[in-house]
Amino acid sequence: MNWLTNFVRPKIRALYTKKDVPDNLWHKCPNCEAMIFHRDLEENLHVCQHCGFHMRLDADKRLKMLFDDDDFQVIELPKAPIDPLRFRDQKRYTDRLKEAQAKTGKSDAIRVAHGKMGGIGTVIAAFDFGFMGGSMGIAVGEGLLAAARLAVLQEAPLVVVPSSGGARMQEGILSLMQMPRSTIAVQMVKEAGLPYIVVLTDPTTGGVTASFAMLGDLHIAEKGAQIGFAGARVIEDTIRETLPEGFQRSEYLMEHGMVDMVVHRKDLRETLIRVLDLLSRPGPSAEIVTLPKQEPEAVVAPTEAESIEDLTAEPTVAVTSDTPGAQPHSGETLEPATPGDRPER
Amino acid sequence: MQTFLEFEKPIAELEGKIEELRHLTDTGDINIAEEVSKLQAKVDRLLRQTYAKLAPAQKVQVARHPNRPHCMDYIEGLVEDFTPLAGDRGFAEDHAIIGGIGRFRGRSAMIIGQEKGHDTESRVRHNFGMAKPEGYRKAIRLMELAERFKLPVITLVDTAGAYPGVGAEERGQAEAIARSIDTCLKLRVPLVATVIGEGGSGGAIALAAADRVLMLEHAIYSVISPEGCASILWRTNTAAAEAAAALRLTAQDLKDLGVIDRVVAEPIGGAHRDRSEIMTAVGNAIEDSFDELRGLDGGALRMKRRDKFLEMGQKGLS
Ligand SMILES: [Zn+2]
Repeated sequence: MNWLTNFVRPKIRALYTKKDVPDNLWHKCPNCEAMIFHRDLEENLHVCQHCGFHMRLDADKRLKMLFDDDDFQVIELPKAPIDPLRFRDQKRYTDRLKEAQAKTGKSDAIRVAHGKMGGIGTVIAAFDFGFMGGSMGIAVGEGLLAAARLAVLQEAPLVVVPSSGGARMQEGILSLMQMPRSTIAVQMVKEAGLPYIVVLTDPTTGGVTASFAMLGDLHIAEKGAQIGFAGARVIEDTIRETLPEGFQRSEYLMEHGMVDMVVHRKDLRETLIRVLDLLSRPGPSAEIVTLPKQEPEAVVAPTEAESIEDLTAEPTVAVTSDTPGAQPHSGETLEPATPGDRPER
Repeated sequence: MQTFLEFEKPIAELEGKIEELRHLTDTGDINIAEEVSKLQAKVDRLLRQTYAKLAPAQKVQVARHPNRPHCMDYIEGLVEDFTPLAGDRGFAEDHAIIGGIGRFRGRSAMIIGQEKGHDTESRVRHNFGMAKPEGYRKAIRLMELAERFKLPVITLVDTAGAYPGVGAEERGQAEAIARSIDTCLKLRVPLVATVIGEGGSGGAIALAAADRVLMLEHAIYSVISPEGCASILWRTNTAAAEAAAALRLTAQDLKDLGVIDRVVAEPIGGAHRDRSEIMTAVGNAIEDSFDELRGLDGGALRMKRRDKFLEMGQKGLS
């Protein structure tokens, strides 16, 4: 909450929350409660322009946002057995499924598509949190396997965008078995030498986090996403303490070494394209140039107190390496760097 | 001290009577020995009948029975020269997961399992069998060690689940479990998992993505505890029995679903009533599994293990 939201909200409310305005034209930010006009919402990729809150995106919007020019093909997923346990709580699982299907127009909680990202052929599997909390049952496991197989077939990187509360309880042990099954999907992609990137979005918890979602070559988290294994309430009940500020949020996970970076949604596509490009198109220079030595051998290993930045900022030791092309990595001139300029001794 | 479960009340009463009679020896009037053996036969019959048709919620109780043999009991009963190995080499030693090398039926093996403890002190020490990331990271380290020396791996699963705590989350509970599953699936040595008591969700599968998954007759294995499931789907803890039934968490159902490979029969009245019998049964089942896997090289083991999991879930309960 900031001054802007406090300031703007009452005004907007006064102006627009009349009964004759159709509901779907205005959306309330779940965080700051500001009213946001639908067009602004779309334009800002469902990020609140007042407080920066990242709202959940359904799989179709996610795919549209990530692929080049909205151009991608959604693939048909293999049919999974329906309600293998004949599960029933207060409702039948089959009824819950039908409701979710009617509500979302999807057959289950995952969507797999292929297209290009920055010109790089890419397979993306995106979750629909709106479909039973994005929970992972057999259909989702099959979807991830199909995505992995497609990536291998097309020699394309795989990007998975989970948004899931975890395993689908109504499929009992078979939902638990999607943890090893989705892990196998990841192994297929990695064994083929292809990048596997996980974009952690709100929320990524439970059995989903404890399987494919934490096995990425890279973990990119959207700002403010809840990411964790156990639910916050379960933890509170166990330890009987209140949880630390920002617990299980993207930024917190990054501080604890679990994700590579936290990005704003508006930068997500660009970031993905950049890393996909770096990982899958090493370029011609990679084949001919031997990497310059990171640290000259004469340099004494930094003590705990010194950081690498300290070393690079002030190279106090001359480069003595005789590797051709070895260069000091700061701007300072120490010795002629190229072999041709090297004085004979 | 024998602990009786609620549904065992009639059995407890009879056993109490037997106890009383035994103290009455030498009064002379009635033939005590005969009376005792009659009552004992009745107890056996009742136990057999009761345990033959335990409801899922009752199995949950048996699986969590405080007298039930735990990981370290099996290690003591089945493994010679057991040498515990400690630590994840990164953060800590987690006493919830026991691991080490030893000799199982004459062959060196790596043994890894969750230990719940048997009294207040040991339960606290082992954190009730609920491992933290360092526990799973230790398991990963030991599985990789086993692979390096071509030792088969035996895992013994008995946990309510991975520990839900702030530190565990900060150190990457999810990542540790994911890596442990990944390691199980990549392993180039035989891996046989046995669910000896409670197979609780991610904390269990972390050690059970195995070539063979065995399960004791009255053990349970589930994606969520019946209590947890009840509070989410029924919105009340009191529906735990219904949830236990709906989740299909018994060994018999899991065998039908193709999730486990073999049900290991327990002594009449459960594993806690005859430790030496259950030790032999579990040892035999593990040895059989290794025999079946013998002759497969690392690559074949890995491929078959994967195929097994890939096929899973294609058939429901009939
Ligand atoms: Zn907002």
